[in-house]
Amino acid sequence: MSEQLHTLSVLVENKPGVLTRVAGLFARRDFNIKSLTVGETERPDVSRMTIIVDAKNNAPLEQVTKQLNKLINVLKVVEMPQEDCVERRLLLLKVTANDETRTAVLQIVELFRAHVVHVGTDFVVIESVGTLAKLEALLASLGPYGVREVAQSGAVAIGRGSKSLTDQIKEK
Amino acid sequence: MQVSQGSARTETQSVTKPERMTGAEAIVRSLEKIGITEVFGMPGGAILPTFDPLMDSSIRHILIRHEQGAGHGAEGYAISSGKVGCAIVTSGPAALNTMTALADANLDSVPIVIITGQVAASLIGTDAFQEADIVGASMPVTKHSFLVTQAAEIPSRIAEAFEIAGTGRPGAVLVDITKSAQSEELDFEWPPPLDIPGYRVPQKPSKKQVAAAARAIAEAQAPVLYVGGGAVRGNASRELAKLVELSDAPVVTTLTARGAFPDSDPHNLGMPGMHGTVAAVGALQRADLVVALGARFDDRVTGRLDTFAPRAKVVHVDIDAAEISKNRYADIPIVGDLNQVLEMLNAALEKEFPSETRADLGGWWRYLNRLRDSYPLGWTNTDDGRLAPQYVLKRLSDLSGPEAFYATGVGQHQMWASQFISFDHPRHFISSSGLGTMGFGVPAAMGAQVANPDAVVWCIDGDGSFQMTNQELATCVINDIPIKVALINNSVLGMVRQWQNLFYNERYSNTKLNDHDAEQVPNFVKLAEAYGIPGRVVEKEEEVDEAIEWALSINDRPVFIDFRVSKDAMVWPMVAAGVSNDDIRYARGLAPTWDGEE
Repeated sequence: MSEQLHTLSVLVENKPGVLTRVAGLFARRDFNIKSLTVGETERPDVSRMTIIVDAKNNAPLEQVTKQLNKLINVLKVVEMPQEDCVERRLLLLKVTANDETRTAVLQIVELFRAHVVHVGTDFVVIESVGTLAKLEALLASLGPYGVREVAQSGAVAIGRGSKSLTDQIKEK
Repeated sequence: MQVSQGSARTETQSVTKPERMTGAEAIVRSLEKIGITEVFGMPGGAILPTFDPLMDSSIRHILIRHEQGAGHGAEGYAISSGKVGCAIVTSGPAALNTMTALADANLDSVPIVIITGQVAASLIGTDAFQEADIVGASMPVTKHSFLVTQAAEIPSRIAEAFEIAGTGRPGAVLVDITKSAQSEELDFEWPPPLDIPGYRVPQKPSKKQVAAAARAIAEAQAPVLYVGGGAVRGNASRELAKLVELSDAPVVTTLTARGAFPDSDPHNLGMPGMHGTVAAVGALQRADLVVALGARFDDRVTGRLDTFAPRAKVVHVDIDAAEISKNRYADIPIVGDLNQVLEMLNAALEKEFPSETRADLGGWWRYLNRLRDSYPLGWTNTDDGRLAPQYVLKRLSDLSGPEAFYATGVGQHQMWASQFISFDHPRHFISSSGLGTMGFGVPAAMGAQVANPDAVVWCIDGDGSFQMTNQELATCVINDIPIKVALINNSVLGMVRQWQNLFYNERYSNTKLNDHDAEQVPNFVKLAEAYGIPGRVVEKEEEVDEAIEWALSINDRPVFIDFRVSKDAMVWPMVAAGVSNDDIRYARGLAPTWDGEE
């Protein structure tokens, strides 16, 4: 079965153990997490999780969000509509780049509007921010030159509208 | 919203002036302020500071013999009284021993709070003596859990724990408090601020949905009210009775809902599901409308889900939004407090759909009554000359009456208890349903008796289940908790043996607890006597009534009857696990004939 990915923004209390509770909920109920990132918001007492969940092979999305809402530390769960949100990931990669290939590698970096953040004698470290598709394309283009190491973040997402999600938790 | 005794938010008492005290004193004081009058527990190193002020408290502490007993005691107390049950134990092994009770309470939506001691905050994470990450361990089996490392937090966390346990869909909450927090000082104020911004209890039910439900009920030709434990937890019996009167619909009551609607009312078809009545199962399978009231479409009720109630539209009322459309799609979902929803629903039915405009249920009732008459609950005489357990439970019910409370262990005896005891009141059947915890009976009966000191409380247990927690008989004797134990003793792990009989070609692997005919190990009557409890063995039908009356005549201490029943007795009807409810068996190899309704 093909994947059916949904991006959820989950506002939680910034307290110890909350990540465990959320991750544990997914594991226990056999919901499949594709990506999960956490960070503080503009309010230090609130953290924001961006969770990409595959809601095809197991539970329907509605069940996932309802169960998340039941967690005492969860303040707000919102599905981010694909067309109406900005979603980004960070990719760091170490690519072989010697005197022969460096120019070509740098050209690709330029084409993808990525950045070189560190240079060694026979390699470069590149950072790139973008959608999963863009990062996959970048990886594919650099593959022939020798990708030595990859570190990727999960996705973070934010809505395009003027409203802030954190404002909505005050309304309750 | 009903107001539970465990809700700090609803306390009307005046605000106290700050008072300097230790964290341990604050624990005890908080419990007193919340209105806790009894707790079950056992001291140990990490909770010792708290047991000291507990000695001077108005709270009655009942010293149990095993921490699992403390947890189930709190559950029996909560189920039978509607209040939040409470237990206090120490860290590590003690806290872990309460996990079964926490999981049990959580699956059956029973409000309990368990307070555990934890090693000093500076020792956390060092693998200190009797340290266990109990908050981590309890996460999947509780509604919520707290770790408290500072004395100043104690009043708030305890108040929050009772608020969370007792409101909304009730559940189990654990508060783990470090020994250092118990020893430090704080300025105690009450009520404390509650810091649970993510906790919301459903507010007003949707009027539109309630109106849709009323219409569906009015138009249904073959409706069934599928009543779950939420009707008991939500104190909804009176409004439920009114709905039955208004709608004339048949009622089925699940294991957790036994007594939510009286068995004596002809609208009650009994329990649905795996060991339900043919009429209750048939009603759901043939219904055109299933009105689920505080029920969660558990697999023991539905059987194979895709063949459950195939023709029925579903109205689903639940306080927990996550239950709606979790297992079965709800055509008309209503999230809210059941009592409130029923009040609105009854008003809508009365106003919008007077009885003369409603569908005629005559044909439906003729069909159901035929099922009920053709397939009543019953039993055949045993081949081995031993007692039929069903007979014992029938007599126990007849002689003790509906005012008695009945707690059970888990197994065949539990199903027979549900089938053959007549319940007229909610909260009088106390059983481990969702988790199916053997050993629940004795401590749960103990808890029910503590909450209802003047009532008759029976513990109906199997010989397997009983041997898991019977040490709490000592607690009962010493603390004047006069429960009555009816042991349904068949010398085997009966329910497992029944499955071996039906599904494993009668290969009885490791289910024989005793040689049925030789001397019993243990000799249960001698065991009872060792606890200072009068006990007797009953082997013949003609002795049954007299023994029950003898037990009912003793009210100043526990009493014990060892009913020797046939090991071949089986629980019928039965729907095998994972099979469609249409394939219910009334007895071995005997399927009911469903034929069409009139």
